[in-house]
Amino acid sequence: MNQNAVHTLAAEQLSLAHGKTVISEGLDLTLPTSKVTAIVGPNGCGKSTLLNGLARIHKPSAGSVLLNGRDIHTLPTRTVAQRLALLPQDNTAPEGLTVSDLIRFGRQPHQGWLSAWNHDDQQAFETAVTAGDLEDLLDRPLDTLSGGQRQRAWIAMAVAQQTPLLLLDEPTSALDLGHQIEVFELIRTLSGQGKTIAMVVHDLASASRYADHMIAMKGGRVLREGSPRQVVTPELVRDLYGIHCDLIEDPATGSPLLVNVRRAH
Amino acid sequence: MAASLLVALIFMSLLLGAGPVSITDSMLALVRQGSDEARFIIMELRVPRTLIAMTTGVALGLAGALLQSMTRNPLAEPGLLGVSAGSGFAVAVAILLGATNATLTTLVAQIGALVGCAVVIAATRVHGLGNDPVRLVLAGATLSGLLLALTSMMMLVDQRAADEIRFWIIGSVAGKTLGDLTSTLPSIILAIGIVAVVARPLAAMALGEKSAVGLGHHPGRVRFLVVLAVALLVGAATALAGPLIFVGLVVPFIARALAGPDIRRTLWYCLAVGPCVMLAADILSRLLVVPAELPLGVLTALIGAPVLLLIVRAGRMPSL
Repeated sequence: MNQNAVHTLAAEQLSLAHGKTVISEGLDLTLPTSKVTAIVGPNGCGKSTLLNGLARIHKPSAGSVLLNGRDIHTLPTRTVAQRLALLPQDNTAPEGLTVSDLIRFGRQPHQGWLSAWNHDDQQAFETAVTAGDLEDLLDRPLDTLSGGQRQRAWIAMAVAQQTPLLLLDEPTSALDLGHQIEVFELIRTLSGQGKTIAMVVHDLASASRYADHMIAMKGGRVLREGSPRQVVTPELVRDLYGIHCDLIEDPATGSPLLVNVRRAH
Repeated sequence: MAASLLVALIFMSLLLGAGPVSITDSMLALVRQGSDEARFIIMELRVPRTLIAMTTGVALGLAGALLQSMTRNPLAEPGLLGVSAGSGFAVAVAILLGATNATLTTLVAQIGALVGCAVVIAATRVHGLGNDPVRLVLAGATLSGLLLALTSMMMLVDQRAADEIRFWIIGSVAGKTLGDLTSTLPSIILAIGIVAVVARPLAAMALGEKSAVGLGHHPGRVRFLVVLAVALLVGAATALAGPLIFVGLVVPFIARALAGPDIRRTLWYCLAVGPCVMLAADILSRLLVVPAELPLGVLTALIGAPVLLLIVRAGRMPSL
């Protein structure tokens, strides 16, 4: 697969439903290439469902997800896995699985049924280890790591897949601030290397700080889409979360900051 | 080490017995010397018995490891969950109806196991059962108890069938021929082929269903193949040795302890650990109450029950 070719992921008139409950209808969006896109919105707005839809986990009830212009559900799932990696929210690991074991799983889409671990696999593995800064943790079982380290290991598994596209479902949920920054900076690094990344993020401030592009959702619809500065306004915050706030610019980075947050009456 | 233990156990299985043949006679018989009686006992009784014990150990070990990995439940054992009971019940019905053909028995046992699997899978979908290992085992015990009661009821109907069912249902690898073994081999080989195909995606499914899809696998297809392999393996083992419980628990338990968290390594280890456990149990069954023999099913239960208690009592269940 040509790593340099432009790979695109888009939704076209995408509708998603859980059984008979419609979550989203007629979504149209394209992930900007080599950028970090944050999908934000209140609980239950359909942002995780959208991410799972884009990752072909959730089958659309109508419309389609297009990977390089082709319906993702008509492509062999293994081929998709060579172009698109996913970090789901509810991942689990068997007790005792080490960081090294986990990262090696990332090579599965590239390995034949009986093929041995080859040079490409080893190289991808080492790149992923370096990206995740996991050199000293390789033999540690996942259950002995801190939350941030563990999440870095999972992201490293996705990195070992060597896909141009990476989807992350709430990669920093349940992490304290220090570990969140650890993970977000890794995501920025990966984006700097040319990956197209989409992530579901709860915290609007982090999303503004670390994303290039933002999709704000409510009730299954996209309310606004664009750069964080364009998207994050007091009106949007009120529409999304039902709260009043003022915005100031982060003096260091220029990204929008929410201040004077209070309940709307 | 496992290999040398296995070789030692194979020799012990060939040389030791409850009967009057001495170890020296047995050795002579192995190299086609010695008395006719010894040669008959070794070649016609102990060789098939040893091979059947080994095959059963592999089949039940693999089936247990597969089922445990798929349901993420360290107690998901074909015997405890009622899969073996389903298989055993099917065979009992077949015996009652007069079936004597070994190939037919295997097929019937496998269909019974498949139905048993389906019931188990349905049970894991019931709210509160799927994520509670102990309650799932309770459900399995209920199913097993029910099927055992039905089998007992059938035994009242026909005295001839009753004797045959009673002998077989306790679980034993004695009194079987190589013909019984060969009639199950095709399905066991097929099942091992399936295991080879699903091992890698099954390992990925331990990372969560979505992760497995993300890595390019089809969890639905994998589950279907796993159930098929489990049914083939448990059915074959039941046809050979009766509905043994605990073997599918003990073998993967040991294999996991040796192999670590990856199901692929665990499955490999089952190929060696399974025969070791079954041979050890069968040898003990011959020696513990000489000159009589303890039924193998009794012995596997005696060995398996403490292991079950060990797993359940270990503070928290090991997560798979």
